[in-house]
Amino acid sequence: MDKLVSASEAVSVIEDGMTVGIGGWGPRRKPMALVRELLRSQVKDLTVIAYGGADVGLLCAAGKVRKVIFAFVSLDFMPLEPAFRKAREAGAIDVMEIDEGMLLLGLRAGAWGCPFIPTRIGLGTDVLKNAPDLALVDSPYDGKEWVAMPALKPDVSLVHATRADVRGVCEIASPDHYMDDLFVRAAEHVIVSVDEMVSSDYFYDAEVARRVFWERNCTHSVVHIPGGAHPSSSDPLHGFDVKHFKQYGELLNEGGYNAWADAFLGDSEPSYQSAVGGLEAIQSLPLPVY
Amino acid sequence: MRFSLAELMVCAASRIFDDEGEVLVTGIGLLPRLAASLAMRASNTDLLMTDSQSFVLSQPNPVSGLESHEGQANENWMGFARIFDNVWSGRRHALVGPSQIDRFGQSNISALGGSHQSPKVQLLGVRGFPGNSISHANSFFVPSHSRRVFVEGECDVVCSVGYNNDRLPRGYSFADIDVRSIITNLCVLDFNGPDKQMRVVNLHPGVGLEEVQDNTGFDLAVAADITETTLPSDDQLEMLNELDPLNARARQLKNNPAGIRQAEEV
Repeated sequence: MDKLVSASEAVSVIEDGMTVGIGGWGPRRKPMALVRELLRSQVKDLTVIAYGGADVGLLCAAGKVRKVIFAFVSLDFMPLEPAFRKAREAGAIDVMEIDEGMLLLGLRAGAWGCPFIPTRIGLGTDVLKNAPDLALVDSPYDGKEWVAMPALKPDVSLVHATRADVRGVCEIASPDHYMDDLFVRAAEHVIVSVDEMVSSDYFYDAEVARRVFWERNCTHSVVHIPGGAHPSSSDPLHGFDVKHFKQYGELLNEGGYNAWADAFLGDSEPSYQSAVGGLEAIQSLPLPVY
Repeated sequence: MRFSLAELMVCAASRIFDDEGEVLVTGIGLLPRLAASLAMRASNTDLLMTDSQSFVLSQPNPVSGLESHEGQANENWMGFARIFDNVWSGRRHALVGPSQIDRFGQSNISALGGSHQSPKVQLLGVRGFPGNSISHANSFFVPSHSRRVFVEGECDVVCSVGYNNDRLPRGYSFADIDVRSIITNLCVLDFNGPDKQMRVVNLHPGVGLEEVQDNTGFDLAVAADITETTLPSDDQLEMLNELDPLNARARQLKNNPAGIRQAEEV
């Protein structure tokens, strides 16, 4: 089965009001080209689930978002994501603010078809006060109360992988696949952008096959966009773009979303990439060192 | 050997890991990470630490001057999902720097003021604090001891559990909660006062109790055997040079104050 499509074809399945899961972590391996395709579309009122970075910030700034389900939105070296911060302080979006691990459990419940997974996380904190939907349950085995973390079920999940074949066998060669496998398994429909296309025999190598974290029957669309994670990293191919993130922060703070969009977004990925210095510049961004 | 306040705080903070055995230590921020690294190098070589990315290390990486993760002393892969397996098992002690801490030892990194729908200042979000605090030991590192950090009431957003009867989950007791130590630019605190009250155990050289209390928004207990904070040894200071070859620690506290206050600072 050939699942290779263009970015605009792939994201055209996303409709107003849908819940969209976005893989990656902060400034690391985010499917940013797919997010940019959403920014160029008319879609709105999305619920976004993410370990957030500029993906969440940009979608909020562009007015695409009704609700964010998050534990943090951060660019690591810039701890506070500028666009998300503005949207929150303006009261512009609803949120479900939960612990990083609760997000993992919610996706796992979604992937497993469980209505919830019991956990201690959140007990005693304002997570419960601020998310009144979170129910407490009794355990049949002890006298304690437990948080029933509800299943999170994205209509569509977007993730960025290193390589794939046209059938949707996806390799993540980065040091960590984060919770991407759970975003994929919890979703109805999955779109994967990749830096490189390979033939299926590439996966015959057992070491490579170990870097495949979900089966191809979970992948619905594959989009080939070299550098598509920019300005986030796609380790081991390239690091994140500190300079662009700083520019983004300044533009967002001074002129809002339109200042950034006018300068960089363009009407397609090639025009975006040329505005940020070209694919070669993206691919030579140094890997982060922590 | 002369030492800075940052170095005094790092050495004091490293001591909280001395008797921890084989736990995963996580220091968030340069000075907390340096404290955890010093402990792993000097006083508890059984500790586990990650490379802040996806591997557990047998030797801590330097906190400055590292140019690549190639060649580091990897011990096992540990992506973020697997970190939670460790967190929820309780085999971890985190040293973190919250924006607010209250008298219960609850802390806040999420947001300040306003409402949940529209905070006055959006900070990070609760991140992993709820899960960390109900699962394993946590200590705090406070570079600027003030009433802005040590708030009078409860934290604006309670991200981590503390010793607060009103919030204690059903079936839980204070014995299930482990808020361990707080290292500030003035003193070292723990929660071994009456009914787990926050308590001063060490004062940094030249700091008086009154100054600590004045900069704290609630009443503190005082340890019967309160002492001056142990000063860094020459060995420790040498190890800090190895763990932080570019002396990034000198840029963490405003004006990099001396460890023993100079006349003009008193």
